[in-house]
Amino acid sequence: MASAFEYAPAPESRSVVDIAPSYGLFVDGEFTDAADGKVFKTVSPSTEEVLSEVAQAGAADVDRAVKAARKAFEKWSALPGAERAKYLFRIARIIQERSRELAVLETLDNGKPIRETRDADLPLVAAHFFYYAGWADKLDHAGFGAAPRPLGVAGQVIPWNFPLLMLAWKIAPALATGNTVVLKPAETTPLSALFFADICRQAGLPRGVVNILPGYGDAGAALVAHPDVNKVAFTGSTAVGKEIARTVAGTGKKLTLELGGKGANIVFDDAPLDQAVEGIVTGIFFNQGQVCCAGSRLLVQESVHDEVLDALKRRLSTLRLGDPLDKNTDIGAINSAEQLARITALADRGEAEGAERWSPACELPGSGYWFAPTLFTGVTQAHTIARDEIFGPVLSVLTFRTPDEAVAKANNTQYGLSAGIWTEKGSRILAVASKLRAGVIWSNTFNKFDPTSPFGGYKESGFGREGGRHGLEAYLDV
Amino acid sequence: MSDRSDRLSVFKTYKLYVGGKFPRSESGRVYEVTTRTSAAGAAGKGNWLANAPQASRKDARDAVVAARKAFGGWSGATAYNRGQVLYRVAEMLEGRREQFVREVADAEGLSKSKAAAVVDATVDRWVWYAGWTDKIAQVTGGANPVAGPFFNLSSPEPTGVVAVLAPQESSFLGLVSVLAPVIATGNTAVVIASERSPLPALSLAEVLATSDVPGGVVNVLSGRTAEIAAPLAAHQDVNAIDLAGADEALAKELEIAAADNLKRVLRPQPVDDTDWTAAPGTERLTAFLETKTVWHPTGSLGASGSSY
Repeated sequence: MASAFEYAPAPESRSVVDIAPSYGLFVDGEFTDAADGKVFKTVSPSTEEVLSEVAQAGAADVDRAVKAARKAFEKWSALPGAERAKYLFRIARIIQERSRELAVLETLDNGKPIRETRDADLPLVAAHFFYYAGWADKLDHAGFGAAPRPLGVAGQVIPWNFPLLMLAWKIAPALATGNTVVLKPAETTPLSALFFADICRQAGLPRGVVNILPGYGDAGAALVAHPDVNKVAFTGSTAVGKEIARTVAGTGKKLTLELGGKGANIVFDDAPLDQAVEGIVTGIFFNQGQVCCAGSRLLVQESVHDEVLDALKRRLSTLRLGDPLDKNTDIGAINSAEQLARITALADRGEAEGAERWSPACELPGSGYWFAPTLFTGVTQAHTIARDEIFGPVLSVLTFRTPDEAVAKANNTQYGLSAGIWTEKGSRILAVASKLRAGVIWSNTFNKFDPTSPFGGYKESGFGREGGRHGLEAYLDV
Repeated sequence: MSDRSDRLSVFKTYKLYVGGKFPRSESGRVYEVTTRTSAAGAAGKGNWLANAPQASRKDARDAVVAARKAFGGWSGATAYNRGQVLYRVAEMLEGRREQFVREVADAEGLSKSKAAAVVDATVDRWVWYAGWTDKIAQVTGGANPVAGPFFNLSSPEPTGVVAVLAPQESSFLGLVSVLAPVIATGNTAVVIASERSPLPALSLAEVLATSDVPGGVVNVLSGRTAEIAAPLAAHQDVNAIDLAGADEALAKELEIAAADNLKRVLRPQPVDDTDWTAAPGTERLTAFLETKTVWHPTGSLGASGSSY
């Protein structure tokens, strides 16, 4: 759709962030090279510019980091909760102080729009540290017995879609409960975790309490399998989650998994349609759809299908795709060439299987990894695009006639992470919400997060909850 | 039973309990169950008690089908109703106290008075769990004070079909201590009874059948634990598994199988050292619950300065 008025570019300055040409691993309070000297490059997905060269952790580094964390555990877990709390409050404050720098950094390394890093990621990151800081000296009152104890060394492996936010979800509750951590960020987005290491130093956090090991899957596997790790937390794909569950079987390590999803966003005919359309857009195009709880299956009641689709297409035509550092950008870059190839292949498969594909008129930049927002209509439950997680800006539209049919279709998936319900009828919200097999239900809203609110899945979306009082349990011997 | 020495007693044919019915094993197999002379177990020294059915993989799969079918109704019943039904089970257990005392004494090699204490503790344990059905959501759920104009509520829900490997040594109190929390929270169960001492579990099934527990909510299998557990751990329609009755090697094997559909796994603590008479805490209640969090906008009366 041609616009009568073009927006002038409104780029956020990248001068607030100073990216060094190379970074080491962060082990025992020091930045160090990998034992075998390996490094890898991290690029900006929107331009393919090399941002920095980062040390690549291997098994020897994992061992060193776990030893450092083990050594630090004794003192850290023995600290009075109020003291641990103050460290976490310090970290939270420094994150707030440096949030602009971190938002720009995250946008550069991940490709997501600055509007999202600035307004969603960073405020939530700080809020998580504030929330769990307050728990550190109140664990006796958390409902897990009078004196719940930490588990020891937590091995944590996080994905690239919300690099700093996933770090916060993992590290804040681990430290509050008295555990020490070894965290492996994703290979495509290691930078914000390394900046976080620097924040730990500014906060005066004791050496070894937090260790950061950028690296690939092999480093993650070594961390998960390390015999001196007491707790494993993983966010990522269901396939890797299953592999991790097999690895820790019989070891007694405590395990939590936040895995894939294929969320249903259910729109009833009495829904407030303008709000619903906004919610559908937020549900699947937030973070380029690279969200495990994305509302990637739109279930529309048949009687309003055409109306919703028309409004949705109009709305999609106003989305602005391009430079993630531009403050007017809605849709940024896909995180990596590999992920772009996966999305492309699945979308092509959708077409090949007979669904009808639509995207707004949209110019993709010449360099970088880009995928236009895409709708598929005429999708059936048998289609691959209705079953497999795409992890990209691709929405499959299905229809239903009755609430029972909506529930049956929504639950017809191996996953059970999230779902949305759009209707003005309160009893319908409550009835449908109670029947959906998913850990998070958004009614008349979507993709809302808060540190006080437990998040996590049913079925093959994993087990355990992050956030809220429930999130403490994963790091306590209860 | 009878003091008249000239009367021949009537034996009972113990059967499986699947979907509210009492089938023999489809495999047609049975195995000998004998009395136990001591809790430590001197195998081979006991007297013959019965031929218990030796359930097969097919029996296990049938039990899962029954448990799945029963899940909607049981999980959808009100918590108050589930509490009433469970309390009714305790009433029936009390009525069969003498039978269970005899069976537990035989199964665990206990004196009659000790067996009576175990049975009393078991009935009390069942009553304790009956009282939990309508309280667990209040204790583990709640409102989350999110930083925005949203109503946000977390509540626990049953995870689904739970395979329960009952403790091997404590044939009745241990069994009830692992089974009752699973169904109190709205799950349905496929239980593998203690391999050596299955009779109290099979008799418990008769109690369940004659109380108000809907068929399929609890399914009881006897036989070789490892043989029956393997298909349950690998079953795609089982949501969780309690490994209480597995030894270390079996537990590891089952935990690996359980990863295939990411079953919730409750690992075997050193179960057979467990003092089942001690207060159990809520761990077994929460182990098979999911937390569902529901968000809804509230508008922003407070934020807009409204006052009443």
